[in-house]
Amino acid sequence: MNIVVCIKQVPDTTEIKINPETGTMIRDGVASIINPDDKGGLEMAIQLKEQFGAHVTVITMGPPQADIILREAFAMGADRAIHLTDRKFAGADTLATSYALAGALKKLDFDLLITGRQAIDGDTAQVGPQIAEFLDLPQVSYTQELKFDGEKTFTIKKATEEGYQMLAVEAPCVITVLSSANNPRYMSVGGIVDAYQKEVELWGKDNIDVEDHNLGLKGSPTRVRKAFAREVKPAGELYEVGTDEAVGIIISKLKEKFIL
Amino acid sequence: MMNIEEYKGIYVFIEQREGVIQGVALELLGQARRLADQINDKVVALFLGNNISDKAQSLIAAGADKVICIEAPELEQYTTEPYTQAICQVIDEMKPDAILIGATTIGRDLGPRISARVKTGLTADCTKIETGENNELLMTRPAFGGNLMATIICPEHRPQMATVRPGVMVALEADSNRTGEIVNYKVNFNPAKFKVKILENVKEDSNKVDITDARILVSGGRGLGNAEGFELMTELATTMGAEVSASRAMVDAGFMGHDRQVGQTGKTVRPDLYFAFGISGAIQHVAGMEDSEFIVAVNKDKNAPIFQVSDLGIVGDAKQIIKKLNERLTKK
Repeated sequence: MNIVVCIKQVPDTTEIKINPETGTMIRDGVASIINPDDKGGLEMAIQLKEQFGAHVTVITMGPPQADIILREAFAMGADRAIHLTDRKFAGADTLATSYALAGALKKLDFDLLITGRQAIDGDTAQVGPQIAEFLDLPQVSYTQELKFDGEKTFTIKKATEEGYQMLAVEAPCVITVLSSANNPRYMSVGGIVDAYQKEVELWGKDNIDVEDHNLGLKGSPTRVRKAFAREVKPAGELYEVGTDEAVGIIISKLKEKFIL
Repeated sequence: MMNIEEYKGIYVFIEQREGVIQGVALELLGQARRLADQINDKVVALFLGNNISDKAQSLIAAGADKVICIEAPELEQYTTEPYTQAICQVIDEMKPDAILIGATTIGRDLGPRISARVKTGLTADCTKIETGENNELLMTRPAFGGNLMATIICPEHRPQMATVRPGVMVALEADSNRTGEIVNYKVNFNPAKFKVKILENVKEDSNKVDITDARILVSGGRGLGNAEGFELMTELATTMGAEVSASRAMVDAGFMGHDRQVGQTGKTVRPDLYFAFGISGAIQHVAGMEDSEFIVAVNKDKNAPIFQVSDLGIVGDAKQIIKKLNERLTKK
């Protein structure tokens, strides 16, 4: 079985601060990590490798510094890594990103394509399903658990608002995985050493099956009109008083607002 | 290049589960109505399912000018491909100017698949939709975990597509005097592409409530994070006829299910009254509750960011305050 996992390098958004004057992000000192849902997807792939001897390829699209997450994937147990990078990809929205990734994925032979459900920088959850469409493959999103029958059928537990759904789909297919699906392993010491001896393949737009006008900003139907720090509403009243008085204030305020 | 002038109508995907129209669909009809009135356009409800036509009239009462009712056994339960085929056929034939979809597990599966098939832009998880120049939609959404807001446009492609989180837009009061047209629509399916089979649907917890429907929420965080704190919250909620909810800290600690988590990775709520007990107010949490009508925050740390969004802030011990508040309210 061949598995390809799409991973993305993201800033750890729990550590980002916004400069309130300029409305821009302060990224200094903020760690870059493998997007958590993608890491869950990679762990799922490596478990299938252990069970069924699958061959695991990881692919990322991003600037040169994204090399490090491919090394991390090697150290976790990936067999092959592809770094899709080209200036022509810059400024891509989800559709142009999915298009470029699909162009690369068409060059690969796989039974299962795994992406994370969503990336913590954009939270869109769009790239997995959009890749699936460009490749004309069935998709299952919100994957919590996956079982393989060893032949060609996957049984998938998909998380829903009310609980879950059990779905069956045959290879080849695309799934998007939740970070809660598993606990990704740490890199092994031997793995870390190997990670820097293995080769990351660098692919540009000329290595893949794409048309220029669909790439990057030019190929993106959406535009960012403006970006801004969220509005801060004027702070309300703040009291630092004893418990009894505080409770009195709360109750009278709620009466005033006709909530009580 | 497409002629975007040909594209008309704000379409709303009406999500139903087991024939029950979901709240987010009514919220989106309300918002679509407001937008359509501004740009002098029509609201069209896209209603897919099986044996659902008896509910079509209620969508007119909720704001639609027209309901496109698509009934087929293939659409009885949601799976990606049949729904995508049906909506893409409607897009090809009717050329909608915009399509709004609830950002649920269904909408977030369906939206990107449609957008890639018809090759148009999709803005995910919008919290605000307005009209701008040339009647285009201005779609605003949080990014970077809610740290940044971005307004997105889709200038040269149609339909303009957006998913919108449940609980963000406001439904109209149902008005049975409203009039509109209901049309039945047939889809030419290509079943060769139906490859995902549903084996089983499991509802995990019948006690689950939708906190986005609650008028009052009693919410707790790390500062309350033990079993006793949780019990106190529950008592107060019972007294006030409220529901309990939580920040991520309390959910991660196992005191509450993920369905009661408020915030960027949980739910967006806008109750009349939101109590934040022992919640520091990380941006991820605030993103999910800041539009509440009235926010009361109690926290030990007077510099806690929650006090920047609260209407009434109390510096103090959350447990003591809850206890006392519950006592006083029970006595009445």
